Amino acid sequence: MKKLTIAAIAASMMATAIPASADLAIPLLSYRTGPYAPNGIPYADGVEDYISMINARDGGVGGEMLKILPCETAYNTTKGVECYEATKGEGALVYFPLSTGITYQLIPKATADNIPIHSMGYGRTSAANGKVFSHVFNFPGTYWDAASIIVKHMMDVENGSLEGKKIALVYHNSAYGKEPIRTLQELSAKHGFELVLLPVDHPGQEQKSTWLQVRKEKPDFVTMWGWGVMNQVAISEAASIRYPMDRFIGVWWSASENDVLPAGDKSHGYKAIAMNRPGTDFGVYRDIQKHVLDAGNAAGAGDQVGSVLYSRGVLNAAYLVESIRTAQKIHGVADITPGMMRDGMENLKIDQARWTEMGFENFTSEINVSCENHGGPGLGAIQQWDANSGTWSLITDFVGSDRAVVDALIEEDSSAYAAENNIADQCS
Amino acid sequence: MFFLLDPFFYEIVISGLLAGVMYALVALGFVLIFKASGIFNFAQGVLALFAALTLVGFQTGQIPFAHLLSVFGFHVSHWGSGFPTIIALLFSLLVMIGLAWLIVQIVLKPLVNQEGIILFMATIGLAYVLEGVGDLMWGANVKELNVGLPEGPSEFILDTTDMFIDKLEISAAVVAIILVTVLTLFSAYTKMGRALRAVADDHQAALSVGISLETIWWIVWSVSGIVALVAGVMWGAKSGVQFSLSLIALKALPVLMLGGFTSIPGAIIGGLIIGLGEKLFEFYIGPMIGGATENWFAYMLALIFLLFRPQGLFGEKIIERV
Amino acid sequence: MFYREAGDFKTSYKSDQETFPLKLDKVLFWIAMAIAAFVVPFFLNEYWEKAIFLPFFIYALAAIGLNILTGYCGQVSLGTGGFMAVGAYASFKLMTGFPALDMFVVIMIAGLITAGVGVLFGLPSLRIKGFYLAVATLASQFFLVWLFNKWEWTYNYSATGQINSPQRDFLGIVVTGPYTKPWATYLFCLGFLFLFAWIARNLVRGRIGRSWMAIRDMDIAAEIIGVNPLMAKMSAFAISSFFVGVAGALYFAVWLGAAEPTEAFSIDQSFDVLFMIIIGGLGSILGSLIGAAFIVLLPVLFKNVFVGILGIPTDIAEFSQIILVGALIVFFLIKEPHGIVAYWRTLKGKLRLWPFPY
Repeated sequence: MKKLTIAAIAASMMATAIPASADLAIPLLSYRTGPYAPNGIPYADGVEDYISMINARDGGVGGEMLKILPCETAYNTTKGVECYEATKGEGALVYFPLSTGITYQLIPKATADNIPIHSMGYGRTSAANGKVFSHVFNFPGTYWDAASIIVKHMMDVENGSLEGKKIALVYHNSAYGKEPIRTLQELSAKHGFELVLLPVDHPGQEQKSTWLQVRKEKPDFVTMWGWGVMNQVAISEAASIRYPMDRFIGVWWSASENDVLPAGDKSHGYKAIAMNRPGTDFGVYRDIQKHVLDAGNAAGAGDQVGSVLYSRGVLNAAYLVESIRTAQKIHGVADITPGMMRDGMENLKIDQARWTEMGFENFTSEINVSCENHGGPGLGAIQQWDANSGTWSLITDFVGSDRAVVDALIEEDSSAYAAENNIADQCS
Repeated sequence: MFFLLDPFFYEIVISGLLAGVMYALVALGFVLIFKASGIFNFAQGVLALFAALTLVGFQTGQIPFAHLLSVFGFHVSHWGSGFPTIIALLFSLLVMIGLAWLIVQIVLKPLVNQEGIILFMATIGLAYVLEGVGDLMWGANVKELNVGLPEGPSEFILDTTDMFIDKLEISAAVVAIILVTVLTLFSAYTKMGRALRAVADDHQAALSVGISLETIWWIVWSVSGIVALVAGVMWGAKSGVQFSLSLIALKALPVLMLGGFTSIPGAIIGGLIIGLGEKLFEFYIGPMIGGATENWFAYMLALIFLLFRPQGLFGEKIIERV
Repeated sequence: MFYREAGDFKTSYKSDQETFPLKLDKVLFWIAMAIAAFVVPFFLNEYWEKAIFLPFFIYALAAIGLNILTGYCGQVSLGTGGFMAVGAYASFKLMTGFPALDMFVVIMIAGLITAGVGVLFGLPSLRIKGFYLAVATLASQFFLVWLFNKWEWTYNYSATGQINSPQRDFLGIVVTGPYTKPWATYLFCLGFLFLFAWIARNLVRGRIGRSWMAIRDMDIAAEIIGVNPLMAKMSAFAISSFFVGVAGALYFAVWLGAAEPTEAFSIDQSFDVLFMIIIGGLGSILGSLIGAAFIVLLPVLFKNVFVGILGIPTDIAEFSQIILVGALIVFFLIKEPHGIVAYWRTLKGKLRLWPFPY
């Protein structure tokens, strides 16, 4: 039995180990199954559709076709390791696992293998410091930026001062959920508000006492770092204790249609931070419609187009495609290696003119990555849910975070990592 | 007695009890099967997910295996329209009964007389299969479930006592009471029920007086399938129907342990104690030690009870003979 | 044909108790070991190391540990994930607190610490039995994971509670961190598995192992014939947790390199290891290995066949893989309720008599 199994694995490995053609390989560590599948599906669909569109419309990038290497992780770190090792050998250019846990796993490994990681608005926040984390990029913004922008928005609502106010953080009790705590603590010291921490254990189906705690503490604002079913339950519970929805602000991972729909009308007015403009009225969507959807090549069931997480997948893929283009320009070859891809990401510059050219008119903020700053501009806007029309709309402009607070924290955390692992300054 | 003055004390007691009812709904399914066949049914949570998925599927008129079909080039996702809730519920009931028959025929019949742990393992295999089939049939996205149950805080209670009690949970409690009454009456006054209890007492003796074990198992699995449907509807109405629904089984285990694996009233009372205990602990002690204590506290509470009564509060006394 | 023996002529106690009573088996076993230790490392790439061999070795080690407790001593435990977490966090604290310590020492001390914790959480087993005990051990699973999530000292006050394994070596060879060579970690883990399987094999056929089995078969009867249930149960918990702790330390430090308690040591780990020993065979060292192979390698195999060869979309492949694994579990239980290892025994029995069965 065992021998048979091994022989069969060996046979199948032979089959998969056939060297890839000259295509540029993009491993897609997605999760379309498991407890977080409802979040993983639209994201993966967005990435796949954008890349299919680039292949169909432009014939790839610089004459090289893009090839997706799909691998299912089910949001599970051990499966993530298997996926990484399985796709690495095929010339994988960059990893973006959409999981903070898997990102942590890959940071030392991928750095040693000279392959970049793009953890877009998740993963290890202090990786924004390129001097320490040479191969990790988390542009266009980090968790700490998000926390700071959310607090800024609260200040705007309160006419500029949070003195003596109370803010509750409802968070997924994992590495991901704990990320913003440090920043919020710093900000609470700076602005004089009180911070109440309310953890929720995975999966978060039952949050009665958390929300009773909210009732008891009567915070002026609630912010949430949730993922999966926790988001839906939290929004329902908040609605059923009549917490004012416009004072409930989620991070960008608690900001999808999935999260607000199960609560129905009661979720009207819920706010969340956004990386990009909602909706589908952009050139890129017309191109995806024309070249991918109408051609019957939609990824997955094709029913996710235009949702928040789908758009984020599209945006993520757009960053990567533009990085590939930059890398090709820098090195003067079309068939780039993962090492060149890293250089491309580090020199990525997209201004609004270029965004418009790419079909993202006024879609998101400009970006300018440098060796020191892998975290991008750190801009975000607040979006609000309209339950009647079933749409999100931006209610603020894209604003920046409190750099003084965030940068100091990034410096502190990354230098601790550098000291632990003997990493010299990678930029000088 | 400072906490008696705390206005939240009464609210936390009530919501703890109501949450306990929700746990008990899941635990009931376990108890029914354990009582009749000695099987610790690990698949109960997945059964609830499967039932809820089926119900939503019928309600919205989804075509099963749509995604799988699309691989072979058939792009379909929905029938013309869905069924009204009541018809969808009936169809789901039929599906659960059919599923119970399949389980008994394929999995349980060949495993008669095996040790408990082997049967437990078989239900794990079953849980895998059901999880895969359910997702493959109906897709892994979040589905809204609305069967017309009242939702939102009850205005009456809010006005009179200033407490937020969700109507959904009151309906869950009512449904649970009806369910337990019906089950008790069923097992006390019908012929089938008496046969059930006979099997629970002694398989061999029941067989020798002409009770068909197969039929009894089929009935028991159907009934716990229906209980799973109810639990799935109650939990699904709150969070939407998705994979995580199958994890509610973990909330039912301490309830089972505390109430005893073989007692229907035990499941209810165990649920109430666990719900109440974990909410009070989380609310008053939790903030001091960092919160998110509910998961382990429920088990610790049950463990403490077990140290005094190793068979649970209402379980049958374990008699060992050499 | 394969086995040339006639009758059962054991003349000494020693020969009766041999692990490999047949010379051919012994020779084959050592040849296999020699290939595993001296030939395989030369052909190893990182995929085989990280995705196949390391998980197999580590889960096999944990399965042997749990099999001592559940298969030999009859105490069903669902706390394996929690105990693996103890081993992992103990090794993390030792690695960062004493950077000069050799990895072998680190892992052994981590095992010892886990053994202590295991005894503590094993105490209720003196009163609680059967499925009640199984569910009661879940208390330790949830409590330990919660503790490592909350107690900042255990993760050196890092902002998120993630732990990363720094670079450490064993006799001068790097075995943790990102710059390891596949052969080094492979041999390191293989060595642990070999050592501990050998220890386990010798424990279970000795005095202590027999006292465990007496407790498993009927604890009251065992007590009457003079087995001390306290000693037997607590030693089973201690030794089992030692094995599981070592597996947890290797899991975090050598294989994954980073971990957070809620995901890496979740209840799924506890269930998986229990599945392994039931599928493989309760009360069998070989069964633990087979079970680990079944649960760890089969999904990888199916994934590679479905996605790599047949080109099915990843989600459908994943669902089909879950269904297939579940169906296979049920199939094997129906065909052979005593685990896959029973097939092996039957096959061997037949081979010994072949070609003249009567």
